[in-house]
Amino acid sequence: MSAIQTKKNVGRRDWLTQALLLGVSFCLQPLLALAKKPEALEAIQKIIGSNALNEGKVKLVLPPLIENGNLVVLKVGVDNPMTEQNYVKAIHIIAEGNPLPNVFSAYLTPRSGTANITTRVRLAESQKVWAIAQLSDGSFWQSSVQTMVTTSACTEEP
Amino acid sequence: MSKTSRTVITMPDKAKRGEIIEIRAIAQHDMETGFRYDQTGKRIPRDIIRNFTCSYGGVEVFKADFYPGVGANPMVIFTTIATESGTLQFEWTGDDGYEALNQAQITVT
Amino acid sequence: MRIIRIIACCIGIASAYLVTADAQTPARQSGYQSMSAENKALQDDSSANPALFWLMDGQTLWKEVLGPKQKSCASCHGESAQSMKGVATHYPKVIIGKLQTLEGQINQCRAFNQGLPKFAYESKELLALTAFVATQSKGSPIAVDETAVNRVDLKKGHDWFYQRMGQLNLSCAQCHEERAGLKLGGSIIPQAHPTGYPIYRIEWQSLGSLERRLRNCMNGVRAQPFEYGSTEMAQLELFLMWRARGMPLETPAVRP
Repeated sequence: MSAIQTKKNVGRRDWLTQALLLGVSFCLQPLLALAKKPEALEAIQKIIGSNALNEGKVKLVLPPLIENGNLVVLKVGVDNPMTEQNYVKAIHIIAEGNPLPNVFSAYLTPRSGTANITTRVRLAESQKVWAIAQLSDGSFWQSSVQTMVTTSACTEEP
Repeated sequence: MSKTSRTVITMPDKAKRGEIIEIRAIAQHDMETGFRYDQTGKRIPRDIIRNFTCSYGGVEVFKADFYPGVGANPMVIFTTIATESGTLQFEWTGDDGYEALNQAQITVT
Repeated sequence: MRIIRIIACCIGIASAYLVTADAQTPARQSGYQSMSAENKALQDDSSANPALFWLMDGQTLWKEVLGPKQKSCASCHGESAQSMKGVATHYPKVIIGKLQTLEGQINQCRAFNQGLPKFAYESKELLALTAFVATQSKGSPIAVDETAVNRVDLKKGHDWFYQRMGQLNLSCAQCHEERAGLKLGGSIIPQAHPTGYPIYRIEWQSLGSLERRLRNCMNGVRAQPFEYGSTEMAQLELFLMWRARGMPLETPAVRP
């Protein structure tokens, strides 16, 4: 009796595992197509866990042509009422082409008023920069910008 | 070994209750990434500010994590709701025992 | 019909002349104009300008009472440094027979009047003090003129500017006069007026002096760079400031 029951349980577990894998890869597939570097993909995966990454709500502003990547003004905002019931919990910035993809993470509260943040980042090369927002309902939203980064002429090193 | 540096806070000193105010916080720090090499070819170790928090009347209202990709002399501009008159405390912590504190008063009517 | 053709030709020639005349003598322009809007904003906003901390350090150093003579800059020059207004716009200048840059004069004061060792070039302290002094003249026009005492040095500086140098065999003028406004790699070649020094150069991620920037240029053409604090440097700087006379000082500027 117990042997038959165990077999049934394994069968259900198997099916559940497969369904989960299917679900995760369904989420991963579009990411794989969008995020070029594996480290960036891993960093994004760590942030969102097994949740879906939706597009929208987030506005990321970076200059289209960056004269020098050592200091780049980055503005990010999320369209959100910022109330106790519905607010932005966190905003993460990921730079695909940097030696370390995580750049900056901000953690907000219902007392923040807005989800508008400005900071200054380093961009190692022309690359895609992501802004991922986590809302209080557990959902994740993203926006990305493709940047073009040039370097200055006549530096110290040849 | 503990060290500190200058910090500058720019925010209004008065606001109406419920008004959203903008706070600009900037700290003096080279933010050595750990990805650079010196003249001899040796890697310069990472030395950055890791964390920034803002507390308003003792309650944490904003927090940020900095990674090497944050620019030198890191600046954050964020907002908060002016709820009551009081003190806002700002704290930065980082590698090598780095710690910096600053505060600002606000009068809320 | 023939007269119309002649008139049309004349107009054509005249306008071609006007166009090329304009191209040959462009108005003087600070490197600020060629920057992106974001970098211009960085320079303009005094609470976000990355040079902010050097200015604060400079103010502290200005008041610091030190050394065997127990003097600070403020002891002679006043607490607020308002006495420094207009000073930076006259440098480099000849003082007691020697051509001094602003950094050189600060060091001279430090050694002679305070009895302290001179600051190293590009040290945090010298940059901070130089920036603090120079920013007191922000907005004032650069006032370096040709005088009887600086004539020889000015001519030498002029020659350095127009002389080819380095493995690439280029002169300053070939890029910064003939090709100003065109691009080198991804960057627009500026006219090279030192209106904002010491600058926060984003490339350096630090404040730096004109001499550091000139050394970068010389490295760029694979020439042996002039040494910090050398006479050649002062002469070239004198010429560049003379060339920029009348343009407003922007210290501390931000440049890529």
